[in-house]
Order: sequence, then C-alpha cells, then structure tokens
Amino acid sequence: MKTGTGSGVMTAIASDRLELGAGHEVVRTTATQCWRHLREADGIDWLILDQTDASTNRIEPIMLEELDQLLAEAETNRPKGLVIRSAKRNGFIAGADIAQFRGVRDAAELTAVLRRGHAVLDRLAALRVPTVAIVHGFCLGGGLELALACRHRIAVPNASLGFPEIQLGLHPGLGGTARLTRLIDPLDAMTMMLTGRPKNARAALRAGLVDAVVEERHVMAAVRAALSGTIKPRGWRWRPALLNLSPVRRFAGPRMRAAANKRARPDHYPAPEALIRLWEKHGGSFAAMKAAELPSFAALLVGDTAQNLVRIFFLRQAMSKTDKRTAIGHVHVIGAGAMGGDIAAWCAYRGFRVTLADTSLKALGGAMKRAGDLFRHHYRDRHDRVKLRDAFDRLVPDPRGLGVECADLIIEAVPENLDLKRKIFAGIEPRMKPTALLATNTSSIKIEDLCNGLARPDRLVGIHFFNPVARMPLVEVVSHKQATPETLSAARAFVVALDRVPAAVKSAPGFLVNRTLMPYLLEALLAFDEGTAAETIDRAAETFGMPMGPIELADYVGLDICLDVANVLAQNLADPLPKTPDWLAAKVKRGELGRKTGKGIYDYKDGKPQKRAGQKAPEPELTDRLILPLINACVACLREGVAASEDVVDGALVFGAGFAPFRGGPLRYARTRGIADVTAALDRLAALHGERFKPDPGWQTLGA
Amino acid sequence: MKARGKPGPFTPVDLAVVCGRPLLLRQPFGADAFDEVIMGCVNPIADEINPGRVAALRLGIDVSVPGWTVQRNCGSGMQSIDVGFRYIEQGLADLVLAGGTEALSYTPLLFNHHAVEWFGRLASARGFANRLAAMAGFRPSFLTPVIGLERGLTDPVVELNMGQTAEVLAFLFAISREEADLYAVESQRRLARAQADGSLAEIEPMFGRDGTLYDHDDGVRPDSTPESLAKLHPAFERPFGKVTAGNSSQITDGACWVILASETAVEKHKLSPLARIVDSRWAALDPRIMGLGPTLASTPLLTDHGLTLDDIAVWEINEAFAAQLLACLKAWADADYCRTVLHLEGALGAIDRSRLNIDGGAIGLGHPVGTTGARIVLHLAHALRRLKAKRGIATECIGGGQGGAMLIEAV
Repeated sequence: MKTGTGSGVMTAIASDRLELGAGHEVVRTTATQCWRHLREADGIDWLILDQTDASTNRIEPIMLEELDQLLAEAETNRPKGLVIRSAKRNGFIAGADIAQFRGVRDAAELTAVLRRGHAVLDRLAALRVPTVAIVHGFCLGGGLELALACRHRIAVPNASLGFPEIQLGLHPGLGGTARLTRLIDPLDAMTMMLTGRPKNARAALRAGLVDAVVEERHVMAAVRAALSGTIKPRGWRWRPALLNLSPVRRFAGPRMRAAANKRARPDHYPAPEALIRLWEKHGGSFAAMKAAELPSFAALLVGDTAQNLVRIFFLRQAMSKTDKRTAIGHVHVIGAGAMGGDIAAWCAYRGFRVTLADTSLKALGGAMKRAGDLFRHHYRDRHDRVKLRDAFDRLVPDPRGLGVECADLIIEAVPENLDLKRKIFAGIEPRMKPTALLATNTSSIKIEDLCNGLARPDRLVGIHFFNPVARMPLVEVVSHKQATPETLSAARAFVVALDRVPAAVKSAPGFLVNRTLMPYLLEALLAFDEGTAAETIDRAAETFGMPMGPIELADYVGLDICLDVANVLAQNLADPLPKTPDWLAAKVKRGELGRKTGKGIYDYKDGKPQKRAGQKAPEPELTDRLILPLINACVACLREGVAASEDVVDGALVFGAGFAPFRGGPLRYARTRGIADVTAALDRLAALHGERFKPDPGWQTLGA
Repeated sequence: MKARGKPGPFTPVDLAVVCGRPLLLRQPFGADAFDEVIMGCVNPIADEINPGRVAALRLGIDVSVPGWTVQRNCGSGMQSIDVGFRYIEQGLADLVLAGGTEALSYTPLLFNHHAVEWFGRLASARGFANRLAAMAGFRPSFLTPVIGLERGLTDPVVELNMGQTAEVLAFLFAISREEADLYAVESQRRLARAQADGSLAEIEPMFGRDGTLYDHDDGVRPDSTPESLAKLHPAFERPFGKVTAGNSSQITDGACWVILASETAVEKHKLSPLARIVDSRWAALDPRIMGLGPTLASTPLLTDHGLTLDDIAVWEINEAFAAQLLACLKAWADADYCRTVLHLEGALGAIDRSRLNIDGGAIGLGHPVGTTGARIVLHLAHALRRLKAKRGIATECIGGGQGGAMLIEAV
C-alpha cells in the first residue's frame, strides 16, 4: 500500500552531486575568478573550474592566465597529484569563448594571443606532477585541448568529447591537432576533427581518448587509482607513431581530401583542406605540427567563412535564447500525415509525451513506422535499447483523440483547408485544458482566419515546421494581433526544448521562409521554361553555396506544394511574382509531383535525381537572377515587419532554407557585396527580365 | 494476437503499456493518484522481472506508486483484480490499477539439464587442458531444447498436460468429440459477430514498432464448421483423443487493465463506473480434473448471496477447452455431483447457452494465461451494460487444480 511521498526522495538526498574533492584544506578561495584550489589530506590538489556568472565553463584568456599561476605554484609545491575538474553541472568546458573571436581581422594580434594559450597548456603538459582531468558533460574544443594536456583523462558516462571547430570553419587551435593525432589513431583523430562529431564516453574509451570511464560515485577512487598507477594511460602507443609516418600520410591524405570535398566545397569551406594539409605536411613531428597549427588557425579565423559561420553560431544562440523552461509535458498532434507524423515523432524523441490523433489507422501506422525509423536512427547503439523503448512508449497513436483533454499543447497538422481546420478547432476547444496552448502548422492559411470562431484566440499560435522535421532546424513561431505575449513565449520555449531554432514572424502570406523562397524557385522554373537546362540552373545555385539547386528543391518539396504556395502568394501579395508556367499545373495533374512520386522535373531512381552530365556551365548572370529575387523578398519582409531584424531574416533563411551558411545569410551577403552593387544588379535584371526584379523600397533604409 | 512460433512484436510489458496508455489517457486524475498497481503475468521474460512494476513505470505512473505481479496461472488476471478489490474493501486503498499480461510467444526455449551442467563445467574449468577436457564433453543432444511453453502447460505434480486434463473430463462426463467441436464452431461464430458489430468495445488497436496495425484478435475463424473441425487430429492424445487445436483455447499474446475505485475515489475524481464487484471465490481440487474449478468457485457465490441461476444474466466461463467447459455444465446439471461435491440439495440446473460466453471466448480470442481472468471480468462488465442486465459471473479453471469466480453487478 502506498504510504509516503516516494517521488521526492531523489531530490531530497541531492542525488546529482558532483565529486569535487573533500576539500580538506581550501588553499585558495577568492584569489581568482575562475578557479578554486583545494588540498586533500592525502596531498592531492584539486583545481575546480567554476567561472563566475556563467552556467558553462569556457576557455578564455583570464582563465588561462589564472591556470598559469596555479601551475607555477604546483611546480614549487609539488603536490602528489593535480586534479582538474569543472563544478558546472552541464560539463567540463564547452570550448573557447567564441565571442572573443568575433570581428577579429588581425592575424598577427590573434597569433600572439594563441601563442600565450599554447604556452599555458605546454606548461600543464610538462608539469612534473601527475595530472588528471575529470570529464563530465561537454568537453569540447579548447576544453578537450586542456584535457589532452593532462596525463590522465577520466570520463563520467555522460561525457561528450570532441572538436566541433570545423562547423565554425576552423580547426583546433590550442595544440589539439598535434596532441590528438599523437594520443589516438591519427586517422580516427582526423575523422573526429574533420566531421566535428563528438565521441561519447564509451567511444572515447575505445579510442584511447580517455583512460577510464567511471560513474560519478567512483570518481574519487578512480583519481587515486590513476595517481597510484592502477589506471594506466591508455592507447596503443605504437599505432599513432606508425600511422603518422610519411607514407601513411601520403596515402591517407588524398582520401581524406576526397571525402571532405564531397561534404563541402573547399572554395566555400577552407578549414578541412587546411587541417588535412597540416597533418600531411607536419604529422611526423609533434613540435612542427603544433607550431604550424597556430598560423593556419589564425588565417582561417580572420577569413570570411569563419567569421560568417561564427556569426551564424551566435544567431542560433540568440534566436534560441529563452528566459524560461517549457512547462509543456504532453503534446497532442492532430493529423498523422507526413508533417504531423514527423512532428509527433520528433516531439517524442525530444522527451515529450505525445498523442498522435488521426481517424485513419493506416495513416497512424505509416506515421508510427517513420517514427520508428527516426528513433532507431538516433538509438542505433545496443546500449540505447532502453532509450529506444522509452521513445516508443512516449509516442501514443490515438485514433479516438483521447489526448485532447490531457495535452498542454495541441498542434494541428491536417491538410491546408480552412473549413476542415475550423471544424477541428470547434470540436477540440471546449475539451482543452484551460492552460493548454493551441497551435497550427499551417503554411499558407492566415492565422487571423483561424481565430474566427475560437472562444479563446489569445492562446492560438502558428508553429510552422519545415520538411523534413528531423533535419530542418528552423521553426517559424507565427504571431497575430490577438495572441498574448505569454502564448508566444510559451511557444518559443517549446520550440527551443525541441532543439529547433524559433524565428518570430508575423502572420503574413507565406510567413518569412516560403515567401522569400518562392520568387527564387519560380524564377528557376521560368529560366527552365525559357530553355536553360535544369542541371545548369541547379549548378548556378550550388556554386553560390545553396545545399540543393532550386529545381531539385522544387521536386523535393513537391511540385503540388510549390504550386499551392505560389498560388496563395500570388493571390495575397502585392509583390510581383514570376508567373507559374502552365506545364507545372499540368505536371501536378498528371501526378508527377517530384521526388515522392519518382518523377518531377527530374526523373528519380532510389530517391536520387538523375541529372544529365555535360550540361552548359551557368553564366554568372544566372546566379544573380536566382538569388537576388530571394534577397529582394527578404528586404520586403523586413520593411513590412514580417521579421523584426536582419539577424532573424538571416538566421531563418540559413536554418529554414539552407541558405549558404558560409555567406552568413542573405542580408549579410548583400551587405558584404555592397548594397549599391546589389540594387544596381537588380535594376539591370529588371531591364532585362521585367519589373519583378525592381529593388524593394526597403533597400533605401538598409543602405542608410 | 496469435503466437506464431517466434517472439511476437510485443513483450509482456510492451503489451501492458500499449493496452494501458489509452485507459490512462481517459482518466481525469494524475499519474500519482493510484495506490497500487497489480498485474497478473505467468511467464515474465528475463528483461522484465516483476512486470507489474515495470509496466507501471513505463506507463508514466509516479515512482511513489507500488507495483507488483501476481501469479496464479490462468487465474492471475482475476487474482490481481481480486487483490485490488479486497484492499479497497478493507479501506487500505482507494484507486488501484489491476490487470494482466501475457506474451506466450515469448516463452523461452531452454537448454536441457545436461547442457546446463556442461556449461557449468566449462565455465569453472581452469587451465587450457581442463577447458579442453570440459569442451570434449559436449554431446549433440545438448542442443535439444526444452520447450518452455510445453513444460509450463504441464502439471508438475500429476505430469498431465492441460489438454490431457480435458481428455480426462471428456471421458468422465461423456463429452463427445462432436459436442466439443459444435461448441467451438458456435464460439467462433459468436466472436466473429461480436468483432463485426462492435460488441468488443474494450479492444484497443496496437501498432508494432514497424508500424504494423493489430486491431483485432486474429485467431477468429468464422468459417469453422463441424465438418472442418472434425478433420483435425487430436492435439494431445493421439489417435483417440477428443481435444484438438480447433476445440481448445489458442496460444496468444495480450493484455488487459481495469481501474478499481472506492466510492470515495469515484466521487473525488467524478468517475463513471462500469460495474461493481460484489464478491469473489477461489477453490481447489485434484489437478487431474482442474477443469471443474469453475463449478467449485462459482457455486458458493450463488449460495452465499442467495442467488439462483436465474439471477445471473450473463456468464463468462473461460473456454480453456470446449470439453472442459461442457464438463462443468454437465456437472452443474448432475444432481449427484451437486449434492456430493457442491453440497447443494439437488442439481443446480442448466445454464442457458444464450447467457453463456455470448461474444465468444478463448477458443477464438485465445488464452494469454495471465490476462484472461481480467479480460473476462472486463468483458462481462461491458456485456452487462450493453444488455442492460444486472448480474454476471466470470469464472475460470486454473492449471494446477483450482478455480476462481467473480460476481459483478452493473451500475
């Protein structure tokens, strides 16, 4: 029989405590901003990293300077061992403080700063006291470089170790390239750095990146074992040495290059090439590689690509900033079609309890199958069996719509039909919890039209996902006049909890992303209509840096959906749009809808478009003809207040449409190229192809 | 869902979770409102020891709610309801989640005893020579598996298979093969009708991890005829036995949950009850004739509450075997049996077939042993409601020589 309040026990006994040393003697408490220095009775020193006013530890100059001081003391005092660990719950060190790199354009100045950092880590590595880094949570970038400079690394199971620098257009810059390729199999090391993919504790142990993986409760014992020699430094020492030999490098280098070029064009993303060259040339010598890493890193960082990618990183952070955790626990999704099913699966994967309602059991079965594919993709490891099971347990197919009463958020994702949506809303609104939020995933119906008939339109919000949900980071959070700020901020917090990037947009036809993307797609179709080869058109956009050309994208999204959105925009917008060619409607009628039906503008084999080789290379003018209408529409949206700032526009287009990230977004591109130059190009295009290219009036305020 | 000779798409707890989620979604109370979770399960799998607790946690029921598993063979599901009922009756609990689950498709193939001994020797052998010697002791016969299900359905005391106990009853009560087959045909027909006209409203559809839909019990054979069943070979005692696969319950996977609430809980959460549990009885007898269990368990329910056969509008007697069920009916109609065994003054009488297993039973639906007891109680409640009838008894025979019965009233 239930007798007590068992639910509170874990909290009451503070079960998530970190082992931070017993602190027999506190050697230093207030002397530094970043570190606490404790001494155990048995003569082991603990350096606890706990940067003030931050929830996360980062590598920054002051922190390294203070470490340098502490190391100097250790050189004189010679403790029996030195343990380095973070007091932050979320992890060890999440990498360098990238903010300090924004706008850095002077390579020489940067090199000086970096050289100082190298010196501190070299001092740590050379310390004649055994050092142990205890790693939990994030151990990324500079954080991993610091850990690599210690003799031992002991990981707690939740640790994630990696070098994500490549995603910012960089490679490790604090000696990491040289230390990692010496510690573990250099081919594995290069893969880690080239992909940016982190290793979990188990994989890190297997690779020899850490010496042991222990539960938090055994950290103290593991430290003693490492210092007494029971836990030995890991790794097959001969293997890195062998694989760093010049013949291996000459053999493996070109293969890495080929693989890297397939992922990203070297003219757009120079970092992989720089990293490969570094290893090919200097992999044989630790000192040479470490020395060469400095100028290579500095050159990358001052370049446009890295600066734009750093900006995108901050855009993502700023857009995902939310002042509260989501209060939503149960999500009810209505409609188990492609979008609804995938939204439900993603929500369940991210830890929400989800009911997925559809009157069609067949649709539910299809959605459950795709959800299973998603879960299995993320939980491939046999150790993740329980996580996989729990994800399935959280996703409840709900043919009778029982979830309405329990849900904290209801997302409607039924076909784009106003009457249908209204009917559904009328049916569920009286059954909803008073605190629950109501959301629509519509992409073309005005939110205002959906407000009509609702008793409480204040809690309706647009939460517009992009296809495929699991791969597109952006979600448009669509406001309207009657929505309360609480509704909008709750929707934002929910999107952030889904690990998606929310873009606040105003209710307007096509919102932001579809509205700006459509002129680009339609212009491509028009060019195709005029006789330019589809392959040539796609190549123009890909050379510019789009992940997929517009023709392929139209096929991918579905020609029916393109036509639908184009019609909605044409009816509701003042913007002059290119006319949709007649054959498009005909193709849709014939059921040639693109990738999903195996035939669209391209023919498809195993889901891949069959592009013909040997088509003409695109004229530079074609690129402008495709890209500039998109940017022009961005300016119009900004002027009309659909999005509040240039940052949101750039972020939304990068995360929602894959707009070339290394260019920093459409408006950043326009600014880099020069506003005057862009408007002049638009004027030229207008003279050639028609009024639709006329620069939007918004360019004037932008130029000012 | 029929067990098809290999593990099905759901483990016992998977079934309990998939079955319980819609039930909990319909409730106005939160995940910490229950006082107990009790579940019947005869064959838990190694990954899910104490499946009652595992199911509770996976259903999102609060960690503070105790959960456990009962095992009384075929009586497990009804036993779990009975325990919850008694807790509430004594004022120890107000809200109990009770039910049963079974995935007979998961019952293991076991290594035989000799093989296990060989493994033991191999594991404890030290040194290369010893290990080699131990390894040399391997015999191909070690690979002959022990079929867990077969052992589980064999009474360990009297060494009779459950089907054989039905053969004993068929002989003792002179049940012919034709009678048994005829009963089975009618049972299948009733089930098919019930599936078609929505009389099995308590059934929830399930989706496998691959998206496959399971929306009805697939053992139903509406095309069964006395002629088609007559062609089957005896399943247990060839060549003369009367018990066949066609007139026996099927080996299946399934789960069932019910919520038991005190009057206080009903008022507090504004629940609308399906039925009221009046009383229950358990009885036991020689394992060789375990099939007569229902007569021993149900009769006291009638006499103790001053009821006659006419007062019971609907009977759910689990169809373990058609011959076994028919033997119960014959026993009740037999004055000698009723006088000497049931201590009645004369024969209890005949239970009208129109009141008995009105929507089919285990012959078509299958008999997931840990689930059935709960399932027949729940279905009885639904049937009473549908027929606007007052009283019903659900009862079952239990392997090992027992019987259980529960008397419920519509509200």
